[in-house]
Amino acid sequence: MTDLNDLKYTSDHEWVLIDEDPAEGVDAGGVVVGITAYAADKLGDVVFLELPEVGTAVAAGEVVGEIESTKSVGELISPVDGTVTEVNERAVSEPELLNSDPFGDGWLIKVTVAEIPGDLLSLEQYREVTGE
Amino acid sequence: MTERLSPLDAIHRAAGATFTDFAGWQMPVRYSSDLAEHRAVRTAAGLFDLSHMGEIVVVGPEADRALDYALAGKLSASVEGQAKYTLLLARHGGVIDDLVVYRTGADRYLVVANAANAEHVADELRARTAPFDCEVFDESDDMALIAVQGPKALEILTNTPGFGIQGDGNDHDDFVHAVTGMKYYRAVAAEYAEQPVLVARTGYTGEDGFELYVSPDQAPALWEALAETGEPHGLVPAGLASRDTLRLEAGMPLYGHELTRDTFPAQAGLGRVVALGKEVDFVGRAASEEGPAADAPVLVGLASEGRRAGRAGYALFDGDGADASEVGVITSGALSPTLGHPIAMAYVAPRHAATGTTLYVDVRGTRIAASVVDLPFYRREK
Repeated sequence: MTDLNDLKYTSDHEWVLIDEDPAEGVDAGGVVVGITAYAADKLGDVVFLELPEVGTAVAAGEVVGEIESTKSVGELISPVDGTVTEVNERAVSEPELLNSDPFGDGWLIKVTVAEIPGDLLSLEQYREVTGE
Repeated sequence: MTERLSPLDAIHRAAGATFTDFAGWQMPVRYSSDLAEHRAVRTAAGLFDLSHMGEIVVVGPEADRALDYALAGKLSASVEGQAKYTLLLARHGGVIDDLVVYRTGADRYLVVANAANAEHVADELRARTAPFDCEVFDESDDMALIAVQGPKALEILTNTPGFGIQGDGNDHDDFVHAVTGMKYYRAVAAEYAEQPVLVARTGYTGEDGFELYVSPDQAPALWEALAETGEPHGLVPAGLASRDTLRLEAGMPLYGHELTRDTFPAQAGLGRVVALGKEVDFVGRAASEEGPAADAPVLVGLASEGRRAGRAGYALFDGDGADASEVGVITSGALSPTLGHPIAMAYVAPRHAATGTTLYVDVRGTRIAASVVDLPFYRREK
C-alpha cells in the first residue's frame, strides 16, 4: 500500500512518485505518474486510456494522454519534463484499475527526468486543492 | 441560484453518493460505479431518485380538449390509468419538451416534464389552456418520484410491504394483482402506508419497471422500504450517470441532446407522436403538416469498434481524408456497457442516414469509422 505522504501532487490531480527507493523498481532519476483517487472518482468508471509511447519526450503542463470514463474525457497532463520509459500496459487493457487502485496497479507512466519541478504539492497542499 | 435538494438528499449523502448539478438540483450522479449500477438495472434492478422532474396537474371538465390543443398527442383518447409519451411543440414545429402524460381521472391529467423545462412547460400549459374550462397546477415541489427499473422490478414492488390500492381497504393482494396485470404505460392510484402514490409501469431505461409518484414527506420511507426489499434481489441505488447510458442503449431521446426547440419531431423519428389525425387544431399543427425541409438532418444510431466513444458535439464526416465533408454531429455517445462497443445517436444529412452507411467520427482529432445502425441499440427480451 502506497503511503500517500510519500507522493507529490499537481493541481491537475496527478500524483508523482519520485524514485528514491530502488526497491520500487523505478529507474534512477525516474518518476512514476498516475492520477489521484479524487480524479478517478470525479471521472467515474474509466473505460479507455490513451498513453504516450515509450520514448516520447514530455514537458510539464503538456497533455500527454487521455482518460475516458463512461461520462467524460479527462486529460493526462505531464507533471514533469522528461522521456517516457515505461507505460502501464496492464492499465491500458484493464482501465478499471484506475478506479480500484489509482495509487498502485493503476499507475500510468514512468518518466526519466533531469530535474524534479519545484512546484509539486505535498499531500496536505493537494488536499487543500480538492477541499477534502 | 439556490440549489434544490431532493427529499431523499439525506439518504443519498448517507449512501456516499457523488452529486451533480442537474437543472439547479443537486442530484446523485452515482453511488458506487456507473457501470455496476447500469449492469444492475439490466440484470436485476436499480432504484432511481427522479424527484427533480416536473409534475404539472391539469384538471377540469375540458382538460382533455385543452391538452389536445396544447400538446402534439391526442390526449382525449387516453383512458383513465393510461400514460402517453407526447411533445410540447412550439408554433414553428420545434420541440419545447418531451412529456409523459398520465390520465389520472376523467377530468384530470398529470403531465411530467423534464426538470430544466418544468416551469416553462407549466407556463405554456397555462397560456394554451386558458380558453378552456380547466386549471393548471405546478405540483413539482409537492411530488417526489422514485423509479424501480429492471427485470426484478415487479418482484421487488410486490414484495414490499405497505402497498394497497386506493379506496380498496389497503389490501396488499389487490395491489399485487393490480400491478402484476398492469400493461406497460399504465398507472394505478395506489397507497403506500395509507398515503396516495401513483404507481406507473413506465421508465426510461429500456427495462421493465415502475415509477412511483409520491409526496416528498413519504418518499424517504418508500425509498428505504424498496431498498430493503430489493437488496436480496440485487437492487442497488442508481444515479443519473447510469440512467444516461441506459436510455442511450434503449435509443430514447433526451431533451437538450436529441430534442431541442430547433428539432422537428419527424427529424428525431417521432413523427408518429404528432397526431396529425386528430380533428382539432393544436399548437404546432401547421408547421408539423409542412414538416422539416427535405435536407434537414435526421437522427440515426451509430456503432463503432474499439473503446473510444464519440460524444455529444463531436462532428461526423463522410470520409477519413482531408477532403472529407462534415455531414453530421453526435448528440449522445458512450461506450455501451451492455454491448461493449461505442454507440451514439447523431443527426446526419438524409443522404448519409441509410442503415449500413459508414461515417467517420472525429474523436479529438482522430477519425474513427462508425456504421449507421437501427435504433434501439439494446432491446430487452420479453
